[in-house]
Formats: sequence, structure tokens, C-alpha cells
Amino acid sequence: MKREDLIKLLLSKMGRSIVRIEEMPNNDIIMEIYTDDLVPIMVSMKKDEDLRFTTLMNQLGVDYGESFAVIYNLYSFDLDNKLTVKVYMDKDNPEVDSVEHIFRGVNWFERETYDLLGIRFKGHGNLERLLLPPDWEGHPLRKDYVYPEVYNGLELKRKTLLEE
Amino acid sequence: MLERFNIVNGLNEDSRMILTTLDEAVNLARANSVWYLLMGLACCSIELMQTGGPRADIDRFGSLFRATPRQSDLMIVAGTVTLKMAPRLRRLYDQMAEPKYVIAMGSCANCGGLFNLSYCVVKGVDKIIPVDVYLPGCPPRPEALTEALIKIQEKIKKEKYFLKKD
Repeated sequence: MKREDLIKLLLSKMGRSIVRIEEMPNNDIIMEIYTDDLVPIMVSMKKDEDLRFTTLMNQLGVDYGESFAVIYNLYSFDLDNKLTVKVYMDKDNPEVDSVEHIFRGVNWFERETYDLLGIRFKGHGNLERLLLPPDWEGHPLRKDYVYPEVYNGLELKRKTLLEE
Repeated sequence: MLERFNIVNGLNEDSRMILTTLDEAVNLARANSVWYLLMGLACCSIELMQTGGPRADIDRFGSLFRATPRQSDLMIVAGTVTLKMAPRLRRLYDQMAEPKYVIAMGSCANCGGLFNLSYCVVKGVDKIIPVDVYLPGCPPRPEALTEALIKIQEKIKKEKYFLKKD
């Protein structure tokens, strides 16, 4: 399917939820949607006979400074279509619905996003830190993160020869 | 066996006795049976596998891997030690029976290496466990790891094991 046709199809099917939709250089389409409509849109992406985006290739979070965003990369093996879905959320209370019950494989991706950016996923079965120790404080990939100098008695800051 | 030993050393066929100290005899056995813990943390472990493989063949120094810390004499810390892995590494070290030795293999295990400025990497494994041999390289070649093992063997051969106080 051509990208213009896919954009028209998406606009006709779920136009009310879409904030912005446009073509990307890498044979991709970016689609920004309202945060509250994420779960119904993901369900129809997977179940709809004309779209059939059955695979979630990747999920990631971004810190833009004034807001957070979560990005989902979908792929349809049947129709060879790619689609990027993007939702924005507040800086103060970053929270979005989990899509774990739709795409099972996103479980660890959401845990990683929670671990490194502090975005909470409502409805996730086991939202704990994935990469960092469980007693870690803060979320390291945030722009305003300050590196800790000591963790559990281990000195993390490496001194230069001059400081010693 | 004994006959061949005598021929090599040019000893008299009748002299069937070798004088040595108990320490040296025991240390000779210990140094030539240094079993290392089968543990790899990052890309250095690929070189560790190569060292155990047929080309570098660390087996000819009597060293082979054991999959449990309770039967290991040597811990080769091959790779980056993250803060999450650090308590597990310490636990593995504590489970090893004395006497035990540690090789810090590669730049990451020595000082944090490439990941020196990271927030989640231990800046040198010597902050957690005592290290006997520091092996530089990123990653070290199998020959270098063999050299580190020979250094451990030299250290073992010099020990006065039976005179240890504790």
C-alpha cells in the first residue's frame, strides 16, 4: 500500500484521535495521537482487517525537556506497512496506559522506559526496574538527572590525578 | 615416570629420591591445577572462551573451567561490572573456597574502562573484591590471559602455604 493511501485510510478510520500525521523520510509514517485514545487505537491497529499491524517492533520514551513522549513502532507483515505512533504527556505527571495486554512483547520495553525515564504505565502487570538495581533513586535518562556520587558505600565519581 | 624424570635431570639411575619441601611439592600441584570459575560479564568473556578453546588452549597449564564457585580456585572477572551485578559478583567470590585468586581482565574490570563516566558501572572491580593480577587490554588477547594465569602460578609457587598463620 502506498503511504498516501495509508494516511487517507487512517484518517478515515480514526481521524478524531489523530493530532498530526505525516510522512517520514525512511518509508515510514508518523502519527501523533491523543494520550487518552492510545489503547483503543492500538486495539484497532492490531484487529482491523485493513490495517493488520500485528507486530510491535519497538517502544521507547523520549524526554523533550518540557514534555515526555512515548513512541511505538508498528509493522504489518501481511501488508508490508510501517507506522510510528507517538503520544505526548505532561512533565509533572508522566503517565500513559499500558499496551501490554495487546502486544505481550512490550512488557520489558515498558519496564525499561519506566526504569530510565520514569514514565508510569497504567495497567502494567509488573512495573519494576529492569536494568538498574531496585533501590536506585531517580531516572538516569531524564534531562535534569544529577549523577549520584555514592551508591551503597561505593564511590561512583572517579577522581582525576589532580584532585587526588 | 620416575625413570624419565631421572633421565631428564641427568640423575643417577640408582638415586630414586628427590629432596624438596612440602610447600614446594604442594604448591607445584596447586599451581598446575588452577580451575577458574565459568563466568563472563561482557565481551571479554569471548576472549576468555577463546583462551579455553583449542588454539590458545589454557588446558595445557592445568587450568579448566568449573561451573560452580565451590570448586573454583580462580575468578576471572571478564567484562564490565555494573552496579546491579556487583552484589552477585561479591556473593560468587564469597562462595569460593580458600585459597582463591582473582584476575581483573580488561580495562573495564580494572578501572571502568570505556564506561568510566557511566552512572551504573563500578569503577574497577577492586572496589568490591581483592585482585591479584590486573590484565590490561580491551579486550586482552588470549596470549595475554595465558600470561596472567602464569603470573598467578608464579604467585602460588612462592607462597609458604603451610606456614600461614590463619
